Amino acid sequence: MASILNSSSLRRFMSLEFILGAVLLVVIVGAVVFSGWLFVDPSKISLSARLVPPLQNPAHLLGTDALGRDILARVANGGWISLQVGVISVVGSVVFGVGMGLVAGYYRGIWDVIVMRFADVQLALPFILLAITFVAILGGSLTNTIILLIVSQWVQYARLVRASVLSLREREFVLSAKAIGVADRHIILRHLLPNLLGPVIVLITLNVANNILLESSLTFLGLGVDPTIPSWGGMLAEGRTYLQTAWWISVVPGMAILLTVLGLNLIGDWLRDALDPAGRTNR
Amino acid sequence: MIGFILKRLLQAVFVVIAVSLIVAVAIRMTGDPAHMISQGATGITEADLARIREGLGLNEPFIIQYLNSLKGLVTWSFGNSFVGGTPVNLLISKALPATLLLAFTSLLASIIISIPLGITSAVSKGRWSDQLIRISSLIGLSFPNFWLATMLVLLFGVTLKWLPPSGMSGIESFIMPTLTMGVILTATNVRLVRTTMLETLNSQYVMVARAKGLSENAVLYKHALRNCAIPLITYFGLQFGGLLGGIVVIERVFNWPGMGTLAFDAVSARDYPVLQAVIMILSLMIVLVNLIVDIAYGLIDPRIRKE
Repeated sequence: MASILNSSSLRRFMSLEFILGAVLLVVIVGAVVFSGWLFVDPSKISLSARLVPPLQNPAHLLGTDALGRDILARVANGGWISLQVGVISVVGSVVFGVGMGLVAGYYRGIWDVIVMRFADVQLALPFILLAITFVAILGGSLTNTIILLIVSQWVQYARLVRASVLSLREREFVLSAKAIGVADRHIILRHLLPNLLGPVIVLITLNVANNILLESSLTFLGLGVDPTIPSWGGMLAEGRTYLQTAWWISVVPGMAILLTVLGLNLIGDWLRDALDPAGRTNR
Repeated sequence: MIGFILKRLLQAVFVVIAVSLIVAVAIRMTGDPAHMISQGATGITEADLARIREGLGLNEPFIIQYLNSLKGLVTWSFGNSFVGGTPVNLLISKALPATLLLAFTSLLASIIISIPLGITSAVSKGRWSDQLIRISSLIGLSFPNFWLATMLVLLFGVTLKWLPPSGMSGIESFIMPTLTMGVILTATNVRLVRTTMLETLNSQYVMVARAKGLSENAVLYKHALRNCAIPLITYFGLQFGGLLGGIVVIERVFNWPGMGTLAFDAVSARDYPVLQAVIMILSLMIVLVNLIVDIAYGLIDPRIRKE
């Protein structure tokens, strides 16, 4: 970690990108985590307060939907789905992808061939098409969405790690460790893995952002999470029906996605600069 | 060079076979199409089901069916839709141009916008215009495409009533879908142009061109941009898959009569011949574009062939 926190990174620590990204994420994650205490019940129906526009009723700051449910409460509560999907799917992809990448890059041979051909197939099959096929068979659900994301995203980590390992394994510190008879397991865990952390962390940040986008579009299309659970994609799908009369139903959850993803992208961008001093000149 | 092309060709064939196998197996797992076709009809006997299966070629072993579906990809015949019995290739020949046209206009729009912006950003690196372009491109990257599409419909279709909110009818119906995909693609492309341009600007031939006293525009657009072209074309080619995936989603918002709409209708109607054809054709397109880009790249830059 010492290299991460060297003095020039510390100076960049307070950059505009970091401050903006951190503020966005802290506010959004805070609102989602404490939504139960901060806001009213997101599924409380109130037919006397249907389709209230934002800023007109102090009880419903961001307005209500067609059933009189509070939009702010639903957005905060619906964030759970996005955060859950984003985090769990990335943890799964990292564990599987980094493992496969290490094995493929270090041992080469058949594992290498398998990982690289998987990468080719993944490039040719856009996630949304893969999702359509599998949802047609298995049906949409939170678990299926997460599994789909892991299946389609692990290859990115495998490719990144494989490429780094291929260059690292020729470096002096790995060659000398091998020469003095250090076990492979020890080389991989102690010498290779720490050197891979930087790029993998950057990819994780951007991947959480991307997976939140993918989950919301799946749910919007009716292929993702159960529409009766509040989620950002699901709220946007409901909002489509009322686009002519109640724009706020479509605007608020979309803003929530945009700001969350923007926060993650800002942090990812900042991390890429901070963790890669060599690349800084070109960015 | 022949060896390089053969190797890439072999890889492409492998990918097509793998994708089609995944799709064929997946669709087989969904259950017996004979039951789905006869759904709702009364008095269906086992003999009727058997006749339906035979009509669909479902009594053949899996491997024969699979080879038939591959053959369909070559001969452009994918059987008939379960819904209404229309030949699938007729549906495809209407939907595919709609989607590809949109992909083309989006890519074109994003290239036209991102090249000058990326160059400006690279030339003014670190200054306010560079910062502004970088931050805006990050915001563009963070938009959910279907929501951006909805917001454009809300603004230009519903509120201002300048543009048709949905459907494909004349030039003006292309503006909003192209803008949606264009914004998201441009956000990525500006960064690509900026990065490749920064590398090129440090090279000696740019220094020579400047030393000769050429105008700054001639240096940037004639010398530097031309040398950026090769990596940029590769990136643009690699984006094709993501672009098609994005278009499939926003077609839903704009009721665009393309492959995405066809696929979603097929999913809800369990119309598997259509679904299988859509996925296989789109994947084939992506593989072909990547193959062409790879080979073109190899032709231009001999170093790539040795990899």
